[in-house]
Amino acid sequence: MAMTVHLDIVSAENEIFSGRVERLIATGELGELGVEPGHAPLLTSLNPGPIKVTMAGGEEEFFYVSGGMLEIQPHQVTVLADTAARAEDVDEAKAIEAEKQAREALADQNSEIEYSKAAAELAAAVAQLRTLRSIKKKSGK
Amino acid sequence: MSGAKEIRTKIGSIKNTQKITSAMEMVAASKMRKAQDRMTSSRPYAEKIRNVIKHIAQGTPEYRHAYISERDIKRVGYIVVSTDRGLCGGLNINLFKRALVDMQTWSEQDIEIDLCLIGSKATSFFRKFGGTVVAKTSNLGDTPEVEDLIGSVKVMLDAYDEGRIDRLFVVSNEFVNSMTQDPTVEQILPLPVGEEEELKHHWDYIYEPEAKPLLDKLMVRFIESQVYQAVVENIACEQAARMVAMKAASDNAGDLIDDLELVYNKARQAAITQELAEISAGAAAV
Repeated sequence: MAMTVHLDIVSAENEIFSGRVERLIATGELGELGVEPGHAPLLTSLNPGPIKVTMAGGEEEFFYVSGGMLEIQPHQVTVLADTAARAEDVDEAKAIEAEKQAREALADQNSEIEYSKAAAELAAAVAQLRTLRSIKKKSGK
Repeated sequence: MSGAKEIRTKIGSIKNTQKITSAMEMVAASKMRKAQDRMTSSRPYAEKIRNVIKHIAQGTPEYRHAYISERDIKRVGYIVVSTDRGLCGGLNINLFKRALVDMQTWSEQDIEIDLCLIGSKATSFFRKFGGTVVAKTSNLGDTPEVEDLIGSVKVMLDAYDEGRIDRLFVVSNEFVNSMTQDPTVEQILPLPVGEEEELKHHWDYIYEPEAKPLLDKLMVRFIESQVYQAVVENIACEQAARMVAMKAASDNAGDLIDDLELVYNKARQAAITQELAEISAGAAAV
């Protein structure tokens, strides 16, 4: 039987794969790399792409990761996968969006206060009007 | 009989409310279980990253990452994780109280506070209460994704990198069990490192490309996953709190119905007695 190594593929949201594998091929930042049991300890970041895994029985399976990190130890390989597409400018855009939402929430403050103020004034005016009308009715009769 | 009829309609409307609250209770119970599953399934990632970070930190002692080293505090940041919807008892209010007590200690030392708000309840609370809000995310739904949080976390991390804030806390509810949720304030930056352990291993990774950028990337991922976990845990808390609140509401509605039924029966009896009295009085008069 061929040698195997334990592989974990995890993302922040869930555990994607856990089991023994004969070999895996992933796209590292500096190029493709194949990992077999007994590989030297290595840490690299992954580019978006498939990870080809040869299971213990010789079956092949593919996992797609949109980036992440690959940690290798002689008896244990871990893929820390990103589920979201990550890029500096995409992240930047998201940060700007979050800031914008905060500003809008603050801007809303005025409109909401003004709205409730207006609603209160309106209610007072309606009440006044009603009183005036009832007085008129009484004096009319 | 007019009084009796009014009571009947009142009983009817309370019964309708009870139906809604008990349905909400059951929905919350099933959502809570799902949220708990999500809580456990996001744990391995954070643990793996923590191990790797610890290893690198021990392996390259000459490079102290900014996220690990302490510095003087001039301004602090808070990430407040709240729910998007109400009807979950005192969950959010207890959380905000806890946060405010913590913030009080900073403002007594003349240290200013930046806020990052997650969830619309926090937004509306701090809108009324005041505070410097630098980032905000809401409407994450029942199944939030890390992607939804990247933006707000980045705002805070950038602020930390540029020295605008010197500490970062996450305020969220801790899921103890379905009856108990604890509001907690946890420091995530700088990372509270435990006692330095002895270097047990004599090997180091081959780094591709280099240790520093890899460590930077890992740190960001780690913080993100911490915030994500807080959000997922808070959702489990929300559902648990809602379940309890709705159970109490259904029970109260039951009590109200019992009371009203008693009043209704009394009114009905009184009406019958009165009618009989009138008839017999009429018969006696003839």
